[in-house]
Amino acid sequence: MEFDFADQQPKLLMLMYGLIAFVLVVGGLLLLLDVVPAWFARRREAQLVAASASGAPLSRRPKQREGLFALFFLLPTLLLLTIGLVVPAIRTVLLSLMDRTSTNWVGLRNYSWMFSEDSIVRVLANSLIWVLLVPLVATAFGLIYAIMVDKVRFEAVAKSLIFLPMAISFVGASIIWKFVYAYRGEGDQIGLLNQIVVSLGGEPKQWLLESPMNTLLLIVIMIWIQAGFAMVVLSAAIKAIPADIVEAARLDGVNPWQMYWQITMPTIRPALIVVVVTLSIATLKVFDIVRTATNGNYDTSVIANEMYNQAFRYGESGQGSALAVFLFILVIPIVIYQIRNLRQQREG
Amino acid sequence: MTTATPTVATGTQQTSGTPSTTAGRVRKRLTSRTATLVSIVIAVVWTIPTFGLFVSSFRPEDEIKTTGWWTFFTNPQFTLENYQQVLFGRSSSSGQLAGSFINSLAITIPSVLFPLAFACLAAYALAWINFRGRDWLYIAIFALQIVPLQMALVPLLKFFSTGVTLGGITLMPAWDLVDEQKFAQVWFAHTCFALPFAVYLLHNFISQLPGDLMEAARVDGATHPKIFRTIVLPLITPALAAIGIFQFLWVWNDLLVALIFAGGGDETAPLTVKLAEMAGTRGNEWQRLTAGAFVSIVVPLIVFLSLQRYFVRGLLAGSVKG
Repeated sequence: MEFDFADQQPKLLMLMYGLIAFVLVVGGLLLLLDVVPAWFARRREAQLVAASASGAPLSRRPKQREGLFALFFLLPTLLLLTIGLVVPAIRTVLLSLMDRTSTNWVGLRNYSWMFSEDSIVRVLANSLIWVLLVPLVATAFGLIYAIMVDKVRFEAVAKSLIFLPMAISFVGASIIWKFVYAYRGEGDQIGLLNQIVVSLGGEPKQWLLESPMNTLLLIVIMIWIQAGFAMVVLSAAIKAIPADIVEAARLDGVNPWQMYWQITMPTIRPALIVVVVTLSIATLKVFDIVRTATNGNYDTSVIANEMYNQAFRYGESGQGSALAVFLFILVIPIVIYQIRNLRQQREG
Repeated sequence: MTTATPTVATGTQQTSGTPSTTAGRVRKRLTSRTATLVSIVIAVVWTIPTFGLFVSSFRPEDEIKTTGWWTFFTNPQFTLENYQQVLFGRSSSSGQLAGSFINSLAITIPSVLFPLAFACLAAYALAWINFRGRDWLYIAIFALQIVPLQMALVPLLKFFSTGVTLGGITLMPAWDLVDEQKFAQVWFAHTCFALPFAVYLLHNFISQLPGDLMEAARVDGATHPKIFRTIVLPLITPALAAIGIFQFLWVWNDLLVALIFAGGGDETAPLTVKLAEMAGTRGNEWQRLTAGAFVSIVVPLIVFLSLQRYFVRGLLAGSVKG
C-alpha cells in the first residue's frame, strides 16, 4: 500500500474549481435572467408613462423581449457549439486541403492519397465491413431476442444481462474479449475461444493476428456491446403495439407468420430504422476497440483510428483531416435518410 | 437469421392466446418454457466473457497465466493482490490506477453538469419561447449531431494551445494549461460534443409538457425564467436523470477525447487511457489487465444497475418517439 493521497490533492482542487465555475456560470445566468426582465419592465413602465403623456402609439416591445429571452437561454449552447463544433468542422475541411504544416494549399492531394495508398484503401474497406455487419447483425439479434423474451419469465433479468455491456467502456470490452481470444502456444489455453477449439479437437489460433478473421472478431465486440441497445429499443416498440390491433387480427384468423409481417414489422419499422441509423453512425466513428485490441495492426485499422494516427501520431494534419471529412461525408446520407423518415412519420 | 424469426414469433403468439384443447395447452406451456430457457441461455452466454474477466481478476498471477479461469471452480484460489498492485503499486508498470480513478471522477463530474444545465436552458427556449427562426435553429443543432468528433479535434486542440486570432486580433488567448489544469480542456470538449444530443433529447421531453400549464402561468404574469425554474425544472427531473446517466456513461467510458485533451500523464489520464496503454504495452500481464479492466467497469456498472430504469427511459425518448 504505497499510495500517497497528498498527490491527488491538486486534482481534487481542480475539480472543486470546476464545480465553483459551474455554480457561478449557471447561477449567474439564472440571476441575469431574473434581473433583465425586471429592468425591461421598469423601462416599459417609463415608456408607457411617456407615451400616455405625449399620446404617441406604443412600440411593439413584448415581442422583442421574447427574442431577447431566447437569446439568453440559448447563449451558452450557441457559443459552445460555435467554438467547439462549427468552427472546428469548417477548419478541418480547410486543413484537409493543406499540407502537413497547414500553411500551403495542396488542393485535393490528401484525398487522392486516401484512395491510392494501399494501406488506406484497406482501412476504408475495413470500415465498410464494420458499417455493414455491425448494424445488421446487432439489430437482427436485438429484434429476435426482443420477440423471444417478450412475456417470458425472468424477462427483466434476461434483458438486463444482454443490455449490461452498454455500461462497459469500449476499452473494457476490448480487454474482456482479448481475454476470450487469448492464445497459448503450449499447455493449457487461458482464452475461452481457444479452449473450445482445442476441446473440439482443433488447433489453437492467434485469433487477432490473422486477417481478415481478426476484423470479424473485433466486430463481434461491437455487436456484443450494441445488441442490447437494439433489443431495448425494439422491445419497447413491440410492447407499444396496441393490444386491440393484435386482438382484431387474431379474430380475423391471422396466423403468426402473417401477424409478424403485417402487424409487428410495419408497426415497429420507425424504431427499427432509428436503431439501424444510430448503430451505423456509432460504428463509423468507432475507434477505441481497434486501438485497444490490435492498435490497428494486422490489417484491422478503420477510418477513425487511422485519422487519429495520421493527425496525432504522424503529425499529418492534412491527411488526418481528409479522413475526418470523409467520415463526415459518409454520415450525411444516413442522417438525411433519417430526417426524411422522421418527417414522413410526423406527417403520416 | 430472418428465417428463424417467424418460428420465434409463433412461440410468443401461442403464449398470449388461450388454447382450448389439452394439446394446445401443453404446447403452450412447452413453447413458453423453450422460449424462457433459450432466452436465459443466451443471456448467460452473453455474460460469460465479463464473468470470466471478473473471476480472473481474483486469481493469483501464475494461475491466470497458466490455466483458464474456468479451472477456478475445481481449484479455487483467491487473492486481492492484483487489485492491490494495479491500484496502488508504485512501480511504473503497475498502472497506478487509483490516481487515474480520481482523474476519471474529476473529468466526469463537471462534464456531466455543464452540458446538462446548458442543454436544459436551450431546450426550453427552443420549445416554449416564440422567436423568429426557432425551428431552423433546432434543426441546425439537431444536425450538428452528425459532425463526427474527429472533425473537431485538430482545430479545437489548436484553439487551446495557440488561442484564436482573426486578422491579427486575439479573440481568445492560448490557455497554456499544464498537468491537472488540462481537465478544463476536457470539460470544455465534452460539453461541446454532448450538447447537440442533450438538447435534442431534452427538447423531446420539454416540448411534451402540457401547454395549458405554461399558458396559465403566463396569464398569471410569470416570466420565462420563472416558468423554467418553478414549473419546467421539477417536471423534467426524471429526464435530466436519464440524460445525466447517459452522459456519465459516455464520458466515463470515453477514450478519444481524453486521449487528446488530457494527454497520457499520471496527473490527468483517466482509467480508459491508462487501460488502453496497458493493453498495448503489457498485453500479456493478464493479472493487471483483468483487475484494471474491472476497476474501470465497476463504477458505470453500479450506476447502470441502480439507475437502469431512468437510463432506458432516456434511450427511448431519443429513439422511439423520434
